[in-house]
Amino acid sequence: MKPLNEVIAACPPSGIRRFFDIAAEMDDVISLGVGEPDFVTPWRIREAGIYALEHGYTTYTSNAGLPALRMLICSDLQQRYSAAYEWDTECLITTGVSEGLDLALRVLLNPGDEVIIPEPCYVAYEPCVAFAGGTTVRVPTRWEDRFTVDVDVVAAAITPRTKAILIGSPANPTGAVQPRETLQALARLAEKHDLYLISDEIYDRLTYNGSHTCLGAIPEARDRTVVLGGFSKAQAMTGWRVGWICAPQAIAELCVRVHQYTMLCAPHVSQLAAVEALTSAETDVSEMVADYDRRRRVFVKGLREIGLECPEPDGAFYAFPSIRSSGLDSETFAERLLKEQGVAVVPGNVFGPSGEGHVRCSYATALPQLETAVDRMAAFLQSL
Amino acid sequence: MLSIVREILELLERDSSLSHDTIATMLGLPVEEVSARITEWESSGVIRRYKAVVNWEAVDDAIAREKVVAFIDVSVAPARGVGFDDVALRISRFDEVTSVHLVSGGHDLRCTVVGRDIRAVSDFVSQRLSTIDRVMSTATHFVLKTHKRDGDVFAEPEPDHRLRVTP
Repeated sequence: MKPLNEVIAACPPSGIRRFFDIAAEMDDVISLGVGEPDFVTPWRIREAGIYALEHGYTTYTSNAGLPALRMLICSDLQQRYSAAYEWDTECLITTGVSEGLDLALRVLLNPGDEVIIPEPCYVAYEPCVAFAGGTTVRVPTRWEDRFTVDVDVVAAAITPRTKAILIGSPANPTGAVQPRETLQALARLAEKHDLYLISDEIYDRLTYNGSHTCLGAIPEARDRTVVLGGFSKAQAMTGWRVGWICAPQAIAELCVRVHQYTMLCAPHVSQLAAVEALTSAETDVSEMVADYDRRRRVFVKGLREIGLECPEPDGAFYAFPSIRSSGLDSETFAERLLKEQGVAVVPGNVFGPSGEGHVRCSYATALPQLETAVDRMAAFLQSL
Repeated sequence: MLSIVREILELLERDSSLSHDTIATMLGLPVEEVSARITEWESSGVIRRYKAVVNWEAVDDAIAREKVVAFIDVSVAPARGVGFDDVALRISRFDEVTSVHLVSGGHDLRCTVVGRDIRAVSDFVSQRLSTIDRVMSTATHFVLKTHKRDGDVFAEPEPDHRLRVTP
């Protein structure tokens, strides 16, 4: 048989998969390895989805998505972050940020273009760059800097082939939130070298110390930035698969072009549920954010008390403690912790080389389970 | 931004078994401050007591489960100077009565009465409640099934459908 696509065949399977397989076989596992909320979608949103099904909203929508939803998203961005986007020419609805990321990269990249990505970062960034024909240039961030981006390090990685910088903030896996000044400096850098910026802001609402900066609200960045957002995290709607892209018209138009041929539209029912989420679920969102924050404090304190250094995670719902004191590498630590104490975490190295020496722990887990997990981790550390 | 007072009280209202230490960590406050506030609320009566929320219908013991709840709507002739308060208080003193509210609408007081069986509740209403001075009429609604009480839904909790490890 003829060989399959060599780019895809060369892409290694996600390092997370192996831990999923081990954890799936075991009983009595407390999983801190889950990258999604432990809340079910708030009832009023689910109820809106049921209503939509009952009333037969089971058709395609326009390619770019329901106008009502796009208007709500743009006015929300305006109110919350002072980011200005035209709903009809600069906003489209995607099937989650995952599709948005794929569209943005396909639209921005030509074969051989380089994309600078600060790591540790979300596992899909690098494969999606490769699928779009680009090359990833990783730049490290350090836990001593709480994983904020060093703009000088980014600048040093720029070559004539550099096309874009891709950044996720608040970040999976580190929980780091990039300060406004860092984003401004990145914007100036992009302007100076004529680079595009892709900003994954799926965790925008989940910040606990100070508020989120939307990259699209920074003047130097506005016309060269693709902002990606969605409803999976703050509204606990992962399975609905609904997100959005806001970008300058020229980029948004091409994103719609790919989307109309590959996806056609995001699910109609999910779009209507998202309308409800933006119309009436604000209280639910704030309550969930407050709850994550309380668990975050208890969990981070617990990790520190058992001797794991943990940079303050300012956003998302992950802690990314250092496990160097154990003398183990991330993979061994995670595998032994799972097998010996039944606690599933994700080894930091799957998110990039700078993640080595860390593990990702999701605190989107019930409080008693978090407390038991910390006890088990303490027992594990003592057994070493 | 919620007030700290409200946040602490709501946390306890949801789970009164939380330790002062955990609450302090959750809210980023010194534990001394949390303890001082809670102790003050306990002694001043803001916090009345700590109790468990029991779903009696789920108790796996027919005898222990035996329990009938009824809502009683009571019409009362108000009196100068006290309105409905004196009658409401008289009703409240009975152990069988677990709640009493003054309400708007067709009746004046809505009470909850708990008894071992329908007979016990009926006897209580006809002999004790109805005979109180200025109680004009009562309407009794027996509870057939409790679906939700004080914020707790008494259905099977929704299962966690998440995969154990996801990106």
